[in-house]
Amino acid sequence: MGNPFEYAPAPESRAIVDIAPAYGLFIDGAFAEATDGGRLKTVNPATEEVLAEIAVGGEADVDRAVKAARKAFKSWSALPGAQRAKYLFRIARLIQEHARELAVLESIDNGKPIRESRDVDIPLVAAHFFHYAGWADKLAHAGFGPDPRPIGVAGQVIPWNFPLLMLAWKVAPALAGGNTVVLKPAETTPLTALRFAEICVEAGLPNGVVNIVTGAGETGRALIAHPDVDKVAFTGSTAVGKEIARTIAGTRKRVTLELGGKAANIVYDDAAIDSAVDGIVEGIFFNGGQVCCAGSRLLVQESVADELLASLTRRIKTLRVGDPLDKNTDVGAINSAAQLSRIQELVAAGEAEGAERWSLAGELPGKGFWFPPTVFTGVTQAHRIARDEIFGPVLTVQTFRTPAEAVEKANNTAYGLSAGVWTEKGAKALWTAQRLRAGVVWTNTFNKFDPASPFGGYKESGFGREGGRHGLEAYLDV
Amino acid sequence: MSERLEVLKTYKLYVGGKFPRSESGRVYAVTDSKGRTLANAPRGSRKDARDAVVAARKAFPGWSGATAYNRGQILYRIAEMLEGRREQFATEVAAAEGINRTKALAAVDAAVDRWVWYAGWTDKLAQVAGGANPVAGPFANWSTPEPTGVVAVIASQRSSLLGLTSAVAPVIATGNTAVVLAAGASALPALSFAEVLAVSDLPGGVVNILTGHPAEIAPTLASHQDVNAIDLTGVAPDAGVASARDLEIAAADNLKRVLRPGAKEPDWTADPGTARMLAFTEIRTVWHPTGH
Repeated sequence: MGNPFEYAPAPESRAIVDIAPAYGLFIDGAFAEATDGGRLKTVNPATEEVLAEIAVGGEADVDRAVKAARKAFKSWSALPGAQRAKYLFRIARLIQEHARELAVLESIDNGKPIRESRDVDIPLVAAHFFHYAGWADKLAHAGFGPDPRPIGVAGQVIPWNFPLLMLAWKVAPALAGGNTVVLKPAETTPLTALRFAEICVEAGLPNGVVNIVTGAGETGRALIAHPDVDKVAFTGSTAVGKEIARTIAGTRKRVTLELGGKAANIVYDDAAIDSAVDGIVEGIFFNGGQVCCAGSRLLVQESVADELLASLTRRIKTLRVGDPLDKNTDVGAINSAAQLSRIQELVAAGEAEGAERWSLAGELPGKGFWFPPTVFTGVTQAHRIARDEIFGPVLTVQTFRTPAEAVEKANNTAYGLSAGVWTEKGAKALWTAQRLRAGVVWTNTFNKFDPASPFGGYKESGFGREGGRHGLEAYLDV
Repeated sequence: MSERLEVLKTYKLYVGGKFPRSESGRVYAVTDSKGRTLANAPRGSRKDARDAVVAARKAFPGWSGATAYNRGQILYRIAEMLEGRREQFATEVAAAEGINRTKALAAVDAAVDRWVWYAGWTDKLAQVAGGANPVAGPFANWSTPEPTGVVAVIASQRSSLLGLTSAVAPVIATGNTAVVLAAGASALPALSFAEVLAVSDLPGGVVNILTGHPAEIAPTLASHQDVNAIDLTGVAPDAGVASARDLEIAAADNLKRVLRPGAKEPDWTADPGTARMLAFTEIRTVWHPTGH
């Protein structure tokens, strides 16, 4: 007899989503084919099923999109802020009305559990548009002087881990500030951005204010290098961030970069262990660890390490890996074959370098890209798995004895995006937070986001902030 | 009666609170605007630049950890010490910049006033640039500007004291430490200014001043992996100096924060605003659950 507490399948229906066999580029308010007819396929990473064919924008297409954005900039930036606000409020409402459809589409294209796209991603997308809508007619009150001006045409390149959320983080503050945008979504997850283009049309947004050019790395490069782009915004890997910084060197382009991370999650001996365990799980297995601010390095005080690890292992064993559209799924698919092989390579390096691997047992689906929740113990600072961003459900565990050692180890990386601190002592939590060189510090919680809260990194995790008043500054000439 | 023989000054670098000669043993002649030699300045080397970065890094925990009130006191002390030497600096600035004594005095006074202005900023920036964030959930959530670390400053080659002050003061007001490269006409007043810093209670290493050839030293600072940010304001667009573009490319290797040079020399007498302080700070946001 099987486990009487086994969950029955609870799939979310995908009937609400209509995916066209092919999509063009969204330029100047209309969909159009790529000039050279280039196409690529986007697949469902949980099944490897081809979902649609997507146009690959080339230099000529990027140029057309930037020209459309430049043309639209004149009237959009001249529009009273209250009018721009109403367009953004409309978009926020339309996202709420299409929330279920967008969540299903996001999970199909990205592989993330419906529980996350439904309860986290899409509500936050709507919240970002709602938040920045309210800024559009209050720019003079944002603290950047009485008459902040838009920068111009923003070229925005976003990653595949939170496709629509990253779009919202970039597009909402840009439009609120009076800028126009050309956005390139990731080649593996373009579908919600294309659906968003239709929402812009539905909202009556003037042509050319938002342009979506799909494609891969070359398309992104052409966009960033385009001489008529005034502002570059990028979220993605640190390596590409450096390439962008080199590309725009010597120009007047403004830039914000949200790059990689290797967040430490510090657990002191006086932490509430059960809460910490939940926070660790949330930190590294949310979106399968494909999160730049994922809590991928657990630093636990030596005296409670055994107890914590036993509890953590017990908790991980309750995680359900599988169909992203199943409402009981905790960990979905890895976004692409390429990302899966990167995770596999780094995990193999961890084993080869002598760390001890534990992975959640159980059968993974036969098709698609999957990796089980994995924990490495016996890890040192020198190990690749403790230094390189893995971007997958892989946790490394190290111990420490004193708070000073915890801070030292936490900061001992080229990254500085986020960190976690777990202790029941307020003074110790704040002492630690003050010393962590990270843009976001979660104490007794992890992976919380809000449009009113600025997000961004120190050191090689990039510069600039997204969210709130600080995120607005990135789109204003102040 | 014989005429009194003038005592000429030997200018030295300022690194880690000390006044060393360049380890390279080299000097170069600094000339006034008419090409007449004013004095020799140490020709700093790449090694001097690396030593200065080590000193700035060592000073960072103490300086960034000092209270804003304490930093304000010390910045004000710099203004006090500079005020006491305004005659000396007027002479040096006039010689360096080829301006008359009245204009030189005005520049010195403006530099003193700017140190006072930044002294007042140390304990206010967090309130102006930070904030409490009203997130949708049971959390206390607040953001504060924090120093980015070691900042390399390629100082204005024209505005020897006011330009130098306008670049260095915002960097250290916010808790960063600085490695400053002064060159051209600005070199000698900058090295004299180090003597002001040395007696202003500023901990050694918080500001380090080098002189030399920008083409030799600036690339070392721009590519240094332990420098967190670089101010390229003083990079001249003309040939003979590593161009801002090349320095920006070098700075990309560890994603330094870069303050680009303007199209022309900034108007140093204008209200500087908060831009230079914000350029070298990171916003850190802390989340904490509320409840019981």
